[in-house]
Amino acid sequence: MMHRLLPFLLILPFTVQAIEIREFDDPAKQQRYENLIEELRCLVCQNQSLADSDADLARDLRDEVYTIIQSGKSEQEAVKFLTDRYGDFVLYRPPFKMTTAFLWIGPFLLLAGGGAFLWRQVKRRNTGEDLELTDEEKKRLERLRNNLEG
Amino acid sequence: MRYLIPLAVFAVMVIFLGIGLTLNPREVPSPFIGKPAPAFALPQVADAGKTLGTDDLKGQVSLVNVWASWCTSCREEHPVLLQLARQNIVPIYGLNYKDERDNALAWLQRFGDPYTASAFDPEGKTGIDWGVYGVPETFVVDRDGIIRHKQTGPITPEILENKLLPLIRQLQSKSS
Repeated sequence: MMHRLLPFLLILPFTVQAIEIREFDDPAKQQRYENLIEELRCLVCQNQSLADSDADLARDLRDEVYTIIQSGKSEQEAVKFLTDRYGDFVLYRPPFKMTTAFLWIGPFLLLAGGGAFLWRQVKRRNTGEDLELTDEEKKRLERLRNNLEG
Repeated sequence: MRYLIPLAVFAVMVIFLGIGLTLNPREVPSPFIGKPAPAFALPQVADAGKTLGTDDLKGQVSLVNVWASWCTSCREEHPVLLQLARQNIVPIYGLNYKDERDNALAWLQRFGDPYTASAFDPEGKTGIDWGVYGVPETFVVDRDGIIRHKQTGPITPEILENKLLPLIRQLQSKSS
């Protein structure tokens, strides 16, 4: 097993992608840039952030984000640049608006519904109204007792 | 009666999941539908001295097709575009995305040129402005330069017949 894995293990160090060198004139900008590309989704390999993706387009979009941030504009402007062109798809956190309202509050609605159902069940179980025997049942109980003791 | 509520919840879930099955999760909906085509003016592939841009799209319904010589799916849809071009129904403008001029020209030479003209976008900047995330992509632009539809991926004869041509005819019949 091991001897078969070895060649793959040997090439592992070379598969790590090259780190892009980006010059910022201000460490705060660099921080902003790095946070942003972690938060944005790559359109090509859609399970990766812009930071992780090796896709050509991801590199181009990182360039765009870099240029925007380096020129002193805000994160919002960088995000707007991308959402204007690609829609909310590029955001890992969808914004709260009419079309996404159900997405955000749906789980809480389900939780509330489940809670209400449970509460009703518990309440029904605790009311003693079903525990009183009717006259008919009392007579039957009496008969059964007599039979057992008889 | 007591099973009605769970049944209703289940039915709603089935409907939602059913709709979910018909969607393509990889498809990114374009935010440009119903909005003006992003402005651009680029040199043409065939002649760097001439430009092609948003101004050329005005006044007629047109297709804008994003293509590249390195793109295999583009070869797949190419015969469909050539046939459409021969029918003279609608002008097809190309946006040559992240390509090299020589390669692009050789590709057109070899496989045929369905384009009224192609804009040369080697950096892919105009592509990004148009929200392009893969090649090929095709936009239907109306007379007023408004994007009406986006086709992601190659145009098949079925897509052309059932989706694009009806829309093009409808847009052309509208007097503006």
